[in-house]
Amino acid sequence: MNSLLFALTAEAEHGSEITAGGPLQEWAWLILVAPFVASVAIIFRGKTMKHQGAEIAVAMMSFVFGYGLLLWIDTIRNKVVYEHSVAIGNLGDSWVLEWGWVVDGLSSMMYFVVGSVGLLVFIYAVSYMKGEIRYTFFFSSLSLFVGAMLVLVAAPNLAQLIVGWELVGLASYLLISHYWEKKENSSAGMKAFLVNKVADVGLLIGTFMLAVGVGSLRFSDILHGAQEHAEGLLVPIGNSNVAVVGALLLFFGAMGKSAQFPLHIWLPDAMAGPTPVSALMHAATMVTAGIYLMARMFPLYQTIAVDARSIMLWVGVLTLFLTGLIALVQTDLKKVLAYSTVSQLGYMMTAVAAGGYTAGVFHLFTHAFFKALLFLAAGSVIHGVHSNEMTDMGGLRKYMPRTYATFMIGSLALVGIFPLAGFWSKDEILGTLGHGGYTMFLWVAIAGAFVTAFYMTRAVALTFFGKYKGHGHPHESDNMMTVPLMVLAGFSIVAGLTNMPGFLIGDRVVGRYTGFSRWLGTRALAMGDHHPEALEWSLAIYGAIAGVLGIVLGWMIFGKDKETQETRDSFSIPGLYPVLTVKYYFDDVALGIVGFIKGPLANAVDWVNTWVIDRIVNTVGFGTKAFGKIVYDNFDQKGIDLAINATAVGSGAAGGMLRKLQTGKIQQYAGALVAGAVALVIGFSIFN
Amino acid sequence: MPIVPVLILAAFLFSMGIYGLLARRNAVMVLLAVELMLNAVNINLVAFEAMWLDSMASGQIFSIFIITVAAAEVGIGLAIVLMIFRNSHSANLDDFATMKG
Amino acid sequence: MDFAQPITWVFTSLALVIAYTGFRVVTSGNLIHSALALVFSLAGTAGLFLLLSAEFVAWVLVLVYMGAVMVLFLFGIMITKAPVGYDAELDNEHKGPALVAAVSVFVLMSWSTILAFDGQEMSSLGVPTATEDLADALLGRFVLPFEIVSFVLLAALVGGITLARKDNSPAEEEMS
Repeated sequence: MNSLLFALTAEAEHGSEITAGGPLQEWAWLILVAPFVASVAIIFRGKTMKHQGAEIAVAMMSFVFGYGLLLWIDTIRNKVVYEHSVAIGNLGDSWVLEWGWVVDGLSSMMYFVVGSVGLLVFIYAVSYMKGEIRYTFFFSSLSLFVGAMLVLVAAPNLAQLIVGWELVGLASYLLISHYWEKKENSSAGMKAFLVNKVADVGLLIGTFMLAVGVGSLRFSDILHGAQEHAEGLLVPIGNSNVAVVGALLLFFGAMGKSAQFPLHIWLPDAMAGPTPVSALMHAATMVTAGIYLMARMFPLYQTIAVDARSIMLWVGVLTLFLTGLIALVQTDLKKVLAYSTVSQLGYMMTAVAAGGYTAGVFHLFTHAFFKALLFLAAGSVIHGVHSNEMTDMGGLRKYMPRTYATFMIGSLALVGIFPLAGFWSKDEILGTLGHGGYTMFLWVAIAGAFVTAFYMTRAVALTFFGKYKGHGHPHESDNMMTVPLMVLAGFSIVAGLTNMPGFLIGDRVVGRYTGFSRWLGTRALAMGDHHPEALEWSLAIYGAIAGVLGIVLGWMIFGKDKETQETRDSFSIPGLYPVLTVKYYFDDVALGIVGFIKGPLANAVDWVNTWVIDRIVNTVGFGTKAFGKIVYDNFDQKGIDLAINATAVGSGAAGGMLRKLQTGKIQQYAGALVAGAVALVIGFSIFN
Repeated sequence: MPIVPVLILAAFLFSMGIYGLLARRNAVMVLLAVELMLNAVNINLVAFEAMWLDSMASGQIFSIFIITVAAAEVGIGLAIVLMIFRNSHSANLDDFATMKG
Repeated sequence: MDFAQPITWVFTSLALVIAYTGFRVVTSGNLIHSALALVFSLAGTAGLFLLLSAEFVAWVLVLVYMGAVMVLFLFGIMITKAPVGYDAELDNEHKGPALVAAVSVFVLMSWSTILAFDGQEMSSLGVPTATEDLADALLGRFVLPFEIVSFVLLAALVGGITLARKDNSPAEEEMS
């Protein structure tokens, strides 16, 4: 069975070779550099331009999208695996710092995702952010983010990945805190940054362990070492070894960036940022960086760090389910989508942990499109209603038809309705779980699908159906905002077709998977992907049933009572509701830890400082002062000053005497001249 | 003829000039004494030129320069004396000890 | 000093004129007499130059010194309304030290001259220095001092005019 699975992935299927790439890949560094150049250009020239710098941003994004698309197509058609590194410095004696870029199946797919979603979000943002404060800086930061994300996914070594990782975190901080005039927005940015920073410790230590074990920072070297069971990686630590601990630490880093439970607490608060930011960063790209890292390091997890996967699996499944439940009780539309994102990230992590490389990355691919769509549509709604709360919405499908249609498509894709994109990707995940024999997790995943459908139906019903409860005049958004919505809706529909499986009829496989898994397998090392060879009918049906059940139940509860909407607003799951509204007290735990550090711990340190350390310092100070006084009185006043004063008085006296020579009478000066000349002549003649 | 008498004459004129420079009260007279000294120097130069017969006659050239510069100096000096006279209506040098101290 | 030769007699008479008139410059009680004595002293010097075969310098002396500088002096004396007549005291109170200084300088100089040049002769005095040679030297080897001296004259010209004109500045107008 394993060998069959192997056969379906990577290049063994066609027996075709991997090519090395040509000029298109050699110049790929342009897409890494262009966003940074654009970011600086926007800062300097943006304010004077007609659209205040947005033109530069959109132009850059178009370039990135075009080039990324070309790279992806080229990779698919020619099976290109290209990696280029340039040494830029040395760390000590044996480490070389390199900067470079990778073009293979995984990276070029990410380029496409970043490029396409990014371009659409940028266009959307030109209209959405019009009139908002710091318009130019917004686009500059967003361009910086795109550049950082591309640096991250193009990295051929862990050092560059970390650089991209941190830069993305910086951009996230800048953009979440865009409206920093309100304290909670800047606090949200800080929270995101600090939680990520905690996770980054794990990332850094994991990087060091793996790099030292293999002797190189490059992915290819580390993964080769993993496959060949290199000695440096098998050094024992406690009950396990370097490889497992390093892999777990890398996963810890990924937990922060990809908002896995319990480090997910920053993502809902990050909704304080403008909606385009939420769409691009906190749905499609930045939060997927952790999943990307896991996918990039997949051979490590498949070969020698297999023990790490059970922890990853538990974390992923917990994330998936628990955060989905919280989404049920949110009143803020964006927060519903945020928790939904966290839940879907849990799906992706579960898939990767279960050995489903293709499944996890494919879900990343499809999720980027429909989640970005949902966020942008939510932004359109918020723009029209001027409020984030669903209590101020209702009945909007009459006022905003296009937004309503695209939001519906996005929701159906998310829930996983055939034949939209989410169906295929969710089914792939379920198939991977089933194949790997993780039955319990499989049922939790199916339950999660139910919960997903439930809360999305609730959101749709509260927002678009019933009677409008707000006080404003909702209106449809302009073309610049709705056209990207429609494009993304189109993607949400067709993206699933890139990975359509063949169909198992009896014992035979009819048809084959369309290319996505092949494309993803185009990389330097064989992946050992646990990829189901055909559509698993049973799991597909279970997943579909769960989704439909969720929709039906949700509609029954939240879709009724269109006039008064009392029922829907007051519905709460008994017992679970209070726990959910306080988000399992996780935020409070985090605050409590911070509070402890701020409060008692700081006070204790302060006591030590004041009573012990300061005492010593003060004593030394007093002693020095007294000694100084003695020196001053005796040496300085009586000794040195006396000498100096004598000198001064002497100079004054001498000056006074010499002054008498200055009579002001010219002839006396002339006489002095003559006398001097005579003296000189006499002197010369005597001594010569 | 021997050169020593000529040089002694020049020395005599020079010392006359010094006396006049130091002992005269009027500013114009002091300038006259300076002219006398310059004249003495010219005699010296021409005498030495006659003795050594320099190929470029540099002694005479030099005395021409001295005459020229002396003329310029007299012009300026008299202008200054004129201004002092205008300011104070006295050309007495003893009265101009304002730079004293 | 070989008194057999006529040149010695010529020189002696000229020297006496120059010395006496020079003496009168610095000891005369009358300012105009001082100036005129200087004129005669310069005339004698010109004759001495002719004797020493420096024709050109002699006539330059006459033209420039006597003709222009002394006239300038006389103008200056007139404008400053110097006391004319014998009643003004023309010597200040430092006569004594001045005399000492003058005498000591004279003694010093003659003594060193005699020591250095005793017995040396001025050889060829008959042939006056050709003016072409002087011109060649002036515009050949000494062209730089020549140009610089012309600047000095320019400066003196401008300076003299600036110094001597009536002050027309507004401050002066206000004060007067």
